[in-house]
Amino acid sequence: MSLLSVRDLTVKFAMRDQTVTALNQISFDVRRGERLGIVGESGAGKSITGFALMNLLSQPGYIDSGHVMFGGEDIVRFSDAQMRRIRGNRMAMIFQDPMVTLNPVLTIGQQMVETLRAHRKLSRAEAEQISILKLREVYIPSPEERLEQYPHELSGGMRQRIVIAIALLLDPELIIADEPTTALDVTIQADIMDLLLELCQSNKVGLILITHDLGVVSQMTERTLVMYAGRIIEAGPTRQIINDPQHPYTQGLINALPQQTLPGHRLKQIPGNMPSPAALPAGCPFHPRCDFAVDICRRVRPEIMRFAEVEIACHEVSRLHGIPYKEESA
Amino acid sequence: MTDIIAPDSRPLLELKQLEKRFVLDKGFLETLKLRRGRIVRERRAVHAVNDVSLSVARGEALCVVGESGCGKSTVARLVAGLLTPSGGEILYDGARTDNRSRAGMMPLRKKMQMIFQNPYASLNPRMTIRQALEEPMHYHNPAMSRAEVRDKVAEVMRTVGVDPSWSMRYPHEFSGGQRQRIAIARALTVDPEFIIADEPISALDVSIQAQVLNLMLEAKEQRGLTYLFITHDLSVVEHFGTRVAVLYLGTLCELADTRTLFENPKHPYTRALLSAVPQLSDDHPKHIRLKGEIPTPINLPQGCPFYSRCTYANDRCRVERPLPVQKPDGSAVACHAVEEDRLDG
Repeated sequence: MSLLSVRDLTVKFAMRDQTVTALNQISFDVRRGERLGIVGESGAGKSITGFALMNLLSQPGYIDSGHVMFGGEDIVRFSDAQMRRIRGNRMAMIFQDPMVTLNPVLTIGQQMVETLRAHRKLSRAEAEQISILKLREVYIPSPEERLEQYPHELSGGMRQRIVIAIALLLDPELIIADEPTTALDVTIQADIMDLLLELCQSNKVGLILITHDLGVVSQMTERTLVMYAGRIIEAGPTRQIINDPQHPYTQGLINALPQQTLPGHRLKQIPGNMPSPAALPAGCPFHPRCDFAVDICRRVRPEIMRFAEVEIACHEVSRLHGIPYKEESA
Repeated sequence: MTDIIAPDSRPLLELKQLEKRFVLDKGFLETLKLRRGRIVRERRAVHAVNDVSLSVARGEALCVVGESGCGKSTVARLVAGLLTPSGGEILYDGARTDNRSRAGMMPLRKKMQMIFQNPYASLNPRMTIRQALEEPMHYHNPAMSRAEVRDKVAEVMRTVGVDPSWSMRYPHEFSGGQRQRIAIARALTVDPEFIIADEPISALDVSIQAQVLNLMLEAKEQRGLTYLFITHDLSVVEHFGTRVAVLYLGTLCELADTRTLFENPKHPYTRALLSAVPQLSDDHPKHIRLKGEIPTPINLPQGCPFYSRCTYANDRCRVERPLPVQKPDGSAVACHAVEEDRLDG
C-alpha cells in the first residue's frame, strides 16, 4: 500500500475578480521509503503541491476537490487539531530558507524541545537528550553547545542541518523538502543532499523533493513528476525521464541545460514564458511554446496517459504510440 | 614579471594585486574592544579581495567563479568603478582607472557597461522601457538627435527580442526573462566594448536562462564584446567562458582556460567545487567532502585561506600564503601541495 496517495487534487485561489486554478487534478503516489522528485519552473505549482499535502494552504488558497490519502486516511477532511497531530510528527517539511524557518528569538534547544514535547510526553531533560542525538545524526559538531545558540549564530549550511534534524525529531514517515538547498552554495548543497539521502535510506523515510534543479533530482530520486502550469505533464522513473524524456516540455527543459550543448554554441532554448495561472491558453497549456503543436493541441487539453512505465499528457506522444487524437476531454 | 607585452596583445583589462577591505568598526567607540581585562583599540575589516592579479584579453569571456562571500561581486564592482580599491591597480586598455574622479571615469562608462543579477531591482520602476533605454544614449551621445536615439533604441530592442512597440510599458509589465533582456539592451545601447555581468542569469528559470545566455553569446559574436562574467554556476562557466578564475575568500586559487580547468582541475578547492555540481548522468560520482565551512573573511589567517578545509594542508600551508604558480598547460595555481606535487593523480 502507498504511504501517500494523491487523487485529482485541485487547488484554487479566490482572487478579488476571479478564481484561479493553481493545481489542476494532480494524482500521484509515494510508497514507503520512496524518494520522489517534483520539478518545474517557477509558477508551475510545485510549492503549492507541497503546501497542499501538508494542509498548510492559507487564504486565499484552498483545496477545491480531490483526496490526499496518508496512511489510509483522507487528510483533506481533517480538522486543524487532527492535522496538528500529523504535521511535524508523521509528516515533516523542510523549506528553502532556514533563516525564515527557524524562530530567531528562540535557541535551537528550545525549538527542538518544544517540537518534541508538543507530540510526546517527555520531560525537558529527555527531550534534550533526543535533540542531541538527532543533531549528532546530521553531523553537527558539539551538539550540546548548539542547543544554547540562536539561529543567527550559525552558518547557512549548519542552519539547514538543524532544520533537517528538527524534521527528523519525531521519526516521520514522509518528509517534504521544498528547494532545501537552493539558498546554499554548491559544496554545502552536496553535503546536505548526501545527508538527506543517507537519512532517508537508513530510516526508510519517504521523501518528496521539490526543486527546479534537474541535476539534484537525478542524483536524489527514484521517480520524478514534471509539472507545468499547475498540471503534471510527465511522470515516471527518474532515470527514464532524464535519459529519454517524452513530453516536449521535459525535452526542452533538459536540452536547455548548458551541459547538453557544446561549449560556445547556441543553447536550445524554449521560446516564450510559462503562462500565468490566471490566463491559461485553451487546450494544452504548453502549446504556444511547443514545436510540435498541431490544431488539436490548441483546442483540447491532453489527458495524462500511461505508456508502460511513464505517464505523459501530450497529444503528439499519444499519437506516436498509436492512440488516435481524442476530440473531447472528459 | 619581466615579460614585455606587445601593444597589440595588450590586455583590455588588467588587475594588479587588487585589494579591497571593508572596515567594520568605523567610529572611535566601535574600535574599543575588551581583551584580557584591558581596553584596546582594534579595527576589524572584511578582506573581500586579496592580492588578485589577472588580465582579460580582447574578445575573451573571463568567468569569475566561487561561492557566496568569495569576493566575486566585489571584483566586478571594483572593475566597474563602483567601489574604490584599498590597494593595487586596475588598468583598462593600458590606463589606470582606479584613481580617477567621477568625471574622469565618464569616457570609460561608455565603453564599459554592467548587467546586474536582479532585473527586478536594476530597472527603475517609474521609468518606461523607452526612458530607461534612451537615457544612457542621450547622456553619452549628446550630439545625437531624438529621432536617431529612438531608432537606435528600437534596433537594440529588436536584437534582444523585445518588441519595440512595447517601449511605453513599465518594467512591472514584463516577466523576469524579458526584464533581463531589457537590462542587456540598456547595456548595449551605448555600443560598449566590455561588459561586466554579475550573475546575470541566476535569478531566472532554466528555459529562460538559455534565452538570455544565447543573447549574450550572440552579442559577443556580432559586436566582438569582451566579458567579465561573474557566476556561481559551473555549467554556465563551461559553456560561456573562455577562461576561468576561481576565487576563495577573496583570493585567486586557480586561473586557467575553461577546457583545461574542467578537464584537469588542480587546486584542491577547484576539484571539490567541480565534484559538487549535481550531474544528470546516473553514475553517482562521490563528491569530495570538504570539512567545515567557509571561514569569515574578517581577520584572515596568515597562511593559505583554504587551509582549514583542505585535506592536503600541512604546516607550510598554515603559515605561508601560496602565490599563483604558472603550470606548463598555461594555468596558474596558488597551492603549496600542487607546487610540491603532493596531490595524487
